[in-house]
Amino acid sequence: MSKTKYDAIIIGAGSVGVPLAMSLAERGLKALVLDKEASPGQGQNKCAIGGIRATHSDGSKIKAGLRSIEIFSTWKRKHGDDIGWIRGGYLFPVYTENDERVLKELLRVQKGFGLDIDWISPERVKELVPGIAEKDLRGGTYSPGDGSASPLLSVNAFYRRAVKLGAEFRFRETVTGIIVQGGAAAGVRTTGGEYWARFVVNAAGADAAAVSSLAGVEVPVNPDCHEAGVTEPAERFFDPMVVDIRPGEKSKNYYFYQNHEGPVIFCLTPQPPVWGHDRRSTSDFLPEVSRRMVSLFPALANLKVRRTWRGLYPMTPDGFPVVDFPETLKGYVLAVGMCGQGFMLGPGLGEALAAHMAGAAGEDDKAILAGFGLGRSFSGQEKLK
Amino acid sequence: MDRITEHPVLQPEERRTVNFTFDGRSCEAFEGEMISSALYANGIKVFSRHKKDGAPQGVFCANGQCAQCSVIADGLPVKSCVTPVRGGMRVETMSGAPRLPSAAPVRGFGGAEELEVDALVVGGGPSGLAAAAELGKLNVKTLVIDDKHALGGKLLLQTHKFFGSVEDCYAGTRGIDIAAKLEEQLKEYPSVEVWTGATCLAVFSDRKVGVLRGSRYVLVRPKAFISATGAREKSLSFPGNTLPGVYGAGAFQTLVNRDMVRPAKKLFIVGGGNVGLIAAYHALQAGIQVAGLIEAQAECGGYKVHKDKIRRLGVPIYTRHTIVRADGREGVESVTIAGVDERFRVQPGTEKTFKADTLLVAVGLNPVNEFHAQALEAGLEAFICGDAEEIAEASAAMFSGKITAHKVLKALGVMAAPVPQFWFDRLEVLKSRPGATEPEPELELPNKVYPVLHCRQEIPCNPCVTVCPKKSIKLSGDSIMTTPRFSGDCIGCYKCLIVCPGLAVTIVDYRKDPANPTVALPFEIGRGLVKKGDRVRLAGREGADLGEAEVLDVKDFKAENTMIVVVKAAPAVADKAVSIRLYEEEAGKKAAADLAKADDETIICRCERVSLGEIRRQIRAGVRDLNQLKAVTRAGMGACGSKTCSALLLGVFRSEGIDPAEVTELTRRPLFVEAPLGVFSGARGAGEKEEEVRWSGF
Repeated sequence: MSKTKYDAIIIGAGSVGVPLAMSLAERGLKALVLDKEASPGQGQNKCAIGGIRATHSDGSKIKAGLRSIEIFSTWKRKHGDDIGWIRGGYLFPVYTENDERVLKELLRVQKGFGLDIDWISPERVKELVPGIAEKDLRGGTYSPGDGSASPLLSVNAFYRRAVKLGAEFRFRETVTGIIVQGGAAAGVRTTGGEYWARFVVNAAGADAAAVSSLAGVEVPVNPDCHEAGVTEPAERFFDPMVVDIRPGEKSKNYYFYQNHEGPVIFCLTPQPPVWGHDRRSTSDFLPEVSRRMVSLFPALANLKVRRTWRGLYPMTPDGFPVVDFPETLKGYVLAVGMCGQGFMLGPGLGEALAAHMAGAAGEDDKAILAGFGLGRSFSGQEKLK
Repeated sequence: MDRITEHPVLQPEERRTVNFTFDGRSCEAFEGEMISSALYANGIKVFSRHKKDGAPQGVFCANGQCAQCSVIADGLPVKSCVTPVRGGMRVETMSGAPRLPSAAPVRGFGGAEELEVDALVVGGGPSGLAAAAELGKLNVKTLVIDDKHALGGKLLLQTHKFFGSVEDCYAGTRGIDIAAKLEEQLKEYPSVEVWTGATCLAVFSDRKVGVLRGSRYVLVRPKAFISATGAREKSLSFPGNTLPGVYGAGAFQTLVNRDMVRPAKKLFIVGGGNVGLIAAYHALQAGIQVAGLIEAQAECGGYKVHKDKIRRLGVPIYTRHTIVRADGREGVESVTIAGVDERFRVQPGTEKTFKADTLLVAVGLNPVNEFHAQALEAGLEAFICGDAEEIAEASAAMFSGKITAHKVLKALGVMAAPVPQFWFDRLEVLKSRPGATEPEPELELPNKVYPVLHCRQEIPCNPCVTVCPKKSIKLSGDSIMTTPRFSGDCIGCYKCLIVCPGLAVTIVDYRKDPANPTVALPFEIGRGLVKKGDRVRLAGREGADLGEAEVLDVKDFKAENTMIVVVKAAPAVADKAVSIRLYEEEAGKKAAADLAKADDETIICRCERVSLGEIRRQIRAGVRDLNQLKAVTRAGMGACGSKTCSALLLGVFRSEGIDPAEVTELTRRPLFVEAPLGVFSGARGAGEKEEEVRWSGF
């Protein structure tokens, strides 16, 4: 196998690894991306439903989110290919006093970061989602700048650009070892050979913990699963991503939106969480999500469900990612624990990480990584997972 | 109205009619018939316009599996082939993505019902019904589900008599009659419950099976899961392959033999296997002209008796030919074929164009085995039988159902005895491909009356041997595969003639006139077509013209739905005549085909209308993962769930010189067919009646 030394080897050609490779290539750095699957985005990326928001609850994620939105929203104009971006906004309709209090408290934080988000009246909620259940509707929060794009089209668009700019990809290769020389990560051993680089980036998504153990660095990432589905397409009948944060019988929140091709895509968070790597569909999902979605938005009852799937959320104890250059192993980079937000955070994080790796990190790049250190206590809790 | 009112085998029922409208035009339908058939009966073949390019779309699978036949019915997008017409229904062309219908207010949720059974049989066709009967005999709590409204699977579409052996699988009986017998037999077993109109949607990881029963969602928990799900037809890629009027033989038989509409005036068929050959015969029985049948191989793969039967009636068969393109604006108007060499390459200059309004694609079957895979993955005791396991004749499917049931019994601990070895041996024989064709035997015919057995190819079949009251017909070897021979006495009782599925037995009779024998010929094309006193042309076994003859009598054996035409023949042709020739062959017009835009006119994924050209470009750009191909082109992302295109896609890779082993297969996910979101939680509408209306036609 070639002795070429890369600037970076990225383990995982998914939501995080592919845009990172693109950003490195844009900076003239040579990246090799390795993935055990056969093509980009075949892990959890294709399970993502496509929501993209900046309306998180902390500075690092908000900044990364804004950066991502900039990339998604300008992609077609800059590069020509349609990735399905729609600026439909995020809507959290509120039906209980407690949810109103929690979201209004959060609003203060979000507005503090200058985010375009506000409390809207029940009437405005009904305008945004005509036919939404009116009983007990108190209003909601709405962030018109957020949106959605197709994970499938996006990851392939990023991939094509990365390749065009010189990044290399090797698929169907499983990483079997991380080579450490002189106390620093120096390369990667796979089922296909050995590769050498200045940086070894773990962007292995749901497999992040296992991959990291190859480097002797423990990361607190454990996947739990969420189930999702897509309906037949319909003429556009609402724009925002609708997030219902009330608890259900067997679930926490769920959310859905109508994507650029017209189908409604939906996703449910099971309660209690289901830990592990199992991605087979369960019989609980459709009855639960059907009852909740139809209660909230009865018109959806008629829409035919086309396909369902189950994807993994690589969770960390506090709900925030780990994006860091751990001190215990030089040359080793973590871009893991996205907690189900790899698709929406990936491009923004990619840009920031690439800047760091190029030794050209600006204030914003530093601020993005600031909240995601491996050394943090993991004792806080993300309010808007 | 394009309805079949006269049929040699099927009797149209008296049915109540209702009125509905299509795009404002007033139409008439039979109450309860599927919208698609009602539209065809009213001469309407374009049901929707594709959102990508406005292409006309109509019936394709007629089986609830794709969504090509979607229409808007009373405001809801529905698959017209599985949605019954109601009086006053407002049916409209679906143009692009449908508008979301305003919902009836939801009054409550019934939730998903749950049910525990010992054995769940998915599919009420020959193998599933045979399996269920065996389970019923030992009082095993069994549930059979079938997505259609009547049991029998594809048997319901088969008006011809079946091959095989009489004792094992009802040989000599028509498919539709076998279906009735199997259904009747199940009634003897109270432990067997049957749900028609019930579709399996998925086998989940928690070993529950999601079943859509009408408008209710039921989670079934079986101890054993039996896939008797049959097969689906393979598709073909050629320019014009998605024009309305191009569809599979199964869809054709559904329209003609189940719903008795006449979907075509002139038909062309691709594929010389049993399915294509039988479809040609069914078309002729329905009064539809067959302009020709092509087969890419040097010889038709189907039974010779089937092939000879349509040759005799005047259907030209072109072996070593392929379809070059289908043309037309809103549907098929003409079909162009061409000769191929031994590597299946088109021979330029051999193109011929035929006028035809329908093109049947009958190029083989693929097993429907995805539930079996899901059940295995879920860790269920999973079994598979019939075509879902291995494509063969219905006779073999019934036998494999029986054998599978015994494996199930063993797994459930109900019966310890092993399945007898001779059952497996018998199954192998029934699954046999046709064997050698034997030369003409020397006829030693001292008798004044005798049967001529025009059956020269080894196939698993023996009804003539079974029915002969004089035991004068015997197989020429030990196996049921061997051909039958006549020696001994004949009383001219016609039993062998009537029972023969191949219509390959005639009775020659010199008893009345030693100089001018009569020949009794089997005849299953329209009643009234041939009358006493007519002059008809006789056809030899493979269709050779044997000259004119006078019809002396037409006997109608109503119980068997078979007619016998007795003609006066010259002794020289008496032993050779097998049938009456009905049509003159039509020669195609020589024409060079325009293939300049062939790659763009050939659709690989019909749901999302992804062309061959688009697929080729991706392959040439390096794509080797069907999942990536799907992500970037949408091929396989549509309503049918890649049921039609997944095999075609691999074919494109092959045509680009890429070994399919290098290509990563599509990941299959539930659901098997689309179903409204509301059914999964048992969402109830304003009233019970309203609910039925709303949820019909998933």
